[in-house]
Amino acid sequence: MEIVRSGGLGDPETFRSRQLTARQMLTGDLEGEDLEKFVEERVLATTLDKAVAWARGNAMFPLTFGLACCAIEMMSIVAARVDVARFGFEAFRASPRQADLLILSGRVSIKMAPVVRRIYDQMLEPKWVIAMGACSSSTGIFNNYAIVAADKFMPVDVHVPGCPPRPEALMHGILKLRNQIQLNPDQDWRTRYGGHGTEEVVLPGDRGA
Amino acid sequence: MTDLDAITRDVPYREREASIDISAFESQEGQEELLTLNFGPHHPATHGVLRLLTVLEGEVIRDIKPIIGYVHTGIEKTCEDKAYWKVIPVVERMDYLAYYFNAMAYCSAVEQLIGLEVPKRAQYLRVIHLELNRIMSHLVWLGTSCLDLGAISMFWYCFRDRESVLDLFEMSSGQRMHPRYIQVGGVFEDIPVGWADRVRRFCEEMPTRVDQYAALLDKNEIVVQRLRDVAVVPESTLLKLGVTGPLLRASGNPWDLRKAQPYSSYEDFAFQIPVGTIGDNYDRFRVRMQEMKESVKIIAQALDGLPEGPYITDDRKYALPPRHELATSMEALIHHFKLVTEGFRVPPGEVYAPIESPRGELGCFVRSDGSAKPARVHMRDPSFVNLQAIKVMCTDTYIADFIATLAMLDPVLGGIDR
Amino acid sequence: MPDATGLELLANELRDAGDDAVLDTVFFRGQATLLVQPGAVPAVLAFLRGWGYNFLASLHGVDYFPEEPRLGVHYEMLDMRNVDRISVKTRVHTEAPEVPSVVADWPTANHQEREVYDMFGVVFEGHPDLRRILMPEDYEGHPQRRDFPMGGEPVLFTHNTRNGPGWWDQS
Repeated sequence: MEIVRSGGLGDPETFRSRQLTARQMLTGDLEGEDLEKFVEERVLATTLDKAVAWARGNAMFPLTFGLACCAIEMMSIVAARVDVARFGFEAFRASPRQADLLILSGRVSIKMAPVVRRIYDQMLEPKWVIAMGACSSSTGIFNNYAIVAADKFMPVDVHVPGCPPRPEALMHGILKLRNQIQLNPDQDWRTRYGGHGTEEVVLPGDRGA
Repeated sequence: MTDLDAITRDVPYREREASIDISAFESQEGQEELLTLNFGPHHPATHGVLRLLTVLEGEVIRDIKPIIGYVHTGIEKTCEDKAYWKVIPVVERMDYLAYYFNAMAYCSAVEQLIGLEVPKRAQYLRVIHLELNRIMSHLVWLGTSCLDLGAISMFWYCFRDRESVLDLFEMSSGQRMHPRYIQVGGVFEDIPVGWADRVRRFCEEMPTRVDQYAALLDKNEIVVQRLRDVAVVPESTLLKLGVTGPLLRASGNPWDLRKAQPYSSYEDFAFQIPVGTIGDNYDRFRVRMQEMKESVKIIAQALDGLPEGPYITDDRKYALPPRHELATSMEALIHHFKLVTEGFRVPPGEVYAPIESPRGELGCFVRSDGSAKPARVHMRDPSFVNLQAIKVMCTDTYIADFIATLAMLDPVLGGIDR
Repeated sequence: MPDATGLELLANELRDAGDDAVLDTVFFRGQATLLVQPGAVPAVLAFLRGWGYNFLASLHGVDYFPEEPRLGVHYEMLDMRNVDRISVKTRVHTEAPEVPSVVADWPTANHQEREVYDMFGVVFEGHPDLRRILMPEDYEGHPQRRDFPMGGEPVLFTHNTRNGPGWWDQS
């Protein structure tokens, strides 16, 4: 069986010289200009914001929020075929305080909507929402008294169409969100959606009305 | 700031919570410190959005009250607005793990109302898909139950097998979930070339897999300790509570509609009904594992005996004519037009058609008033009725036992809330 | 299913036993139905239990709008020994939607009667806890009645889409 290496490591002719330079680096023999050139080739310079956004996007913790049929396909992305762990998102947290991605998988009934909103509010910034499936984005095939579309009461970042969307489609949506986070890290949802002025402040004397 | 005052004072959701009356709980005799704990609709261990108000004395549950409706979709009302054909995808999304069964119950009811004969090949194809769905539903049950018990690796094994079943569904109908394959009068289209071989290969592999899972779990000390002798309910109580399906079979009653009131050619197949002895969680677990193997037997027999013939009824008033006829036959064109625009009309009447879904008796009541839209569709969902048994099963048990019992109850909230 | 003659025999027994409980019998597509007065429902079900129908498979409601009496409640009974099913149906008006509850003898009716109350407004007298089960508790109206609007939102096309500024257009 032949092992074919891709071209990412440079061409084979310079391999020996690069190997020698690396050994010199490790033994501490590389100095002066050679050292500077060596380091420059291997260091990526960026701003702190971009670095943090890159890290944030690669380590999203989804919330276990399965509502209906889409939840089964969401469980499928954790399973082995479409493995969400290869992107780092397999740690589904049960507590909203520990999660930053809310995947609304399933239909949101009017009884559940305040619960969803409350859980979204309990999540800490930065937080994102994926409305998975047709029922949470619009009301899907159930255009009736009992269902409400998710973006009527909470901001949604990515809508994934499908009924239910294939696990690959949901993965595509999650990766699109990851790109958004890494490129445009405007974490505060109020800034993203122009929602300033909607803050609810509960003053100490007003509780339990 | 005055607007904000108004907002904080006027939060109807908090008031709504106050309407649930727990004073009955608090006035129980012999009360030590009783704690009312809410297993909210968002919880990792309730299978779906089920809310349970539990009254705890230490770790022991003294009372439990399920509160449902958090995924109520108004499916039954939506069905009244759609033509009979269009109801099928709506009704499929009810019990979202047993979608072929939902469609089958509804189509059985409509076919009974019309008096339509389903061709033999279509019946066999329906049986194959229904049993594949039963295996898939039990696999998801097994995976999520073991996830609740802590045996997380079972989740991956079961979902790997689920993917094989979904591949078969995708090959026959194009969709993994909710495929609208079962139609009124038969099935949507015939199976493609090579599907039967793939199903046969699946049938050869599946019993080995189930045996592997059994080897992993059946005599596992933790599984036995957590499930043996937990939540034993006598069969008479279960019958009074209307419980059917594997829960009833685990307590010793071999009631299975596939044998008792065979529908869709189930009488042609030889299979056994696994029945438990004690009626505890361990029996429920073993019954479902064995049901998977029995389903494989049914599928193999159905494939061997699959007759040639039409896959949907020939009655053009209820099933679309094949497309090549539209070019030559005027009646076919008219039938096609009528079916696609208005849909078929069903003679007035009321019918209740029950079938055996993975969770119990799934019945569909259809009332028609002679028009092209049903006047009432009601799905008697097994989980909705089985959930009433949670109180009997979980009173005076520990919370950990309650989690295991809920897992063994196999509730699917889509069916409960509809 | 008891066949047509069996159904008639059963109905005659009931008529002899009770007073005007049975209004009609229907035998349609192989399924037997007894139409009874609302007040007689627990007695009829108890009678059927004596005949072997000891499993209440389903309790559901129907709205017969515009026929009166409008609200129907159906009880699907099952005899597991002889594998027989029979339906008991009763109808009430919206103005007086009271039906005696059967929860005492048939505990399976608990959630199912609550659902019929929630969706149709039929009040089951004697039910231990008659509250809404599927809709939020403070919901007004009974959704599955035929004259209750379907709700939902109109589908937006170009002819009915608002062209005015939306929330994203706060400039």
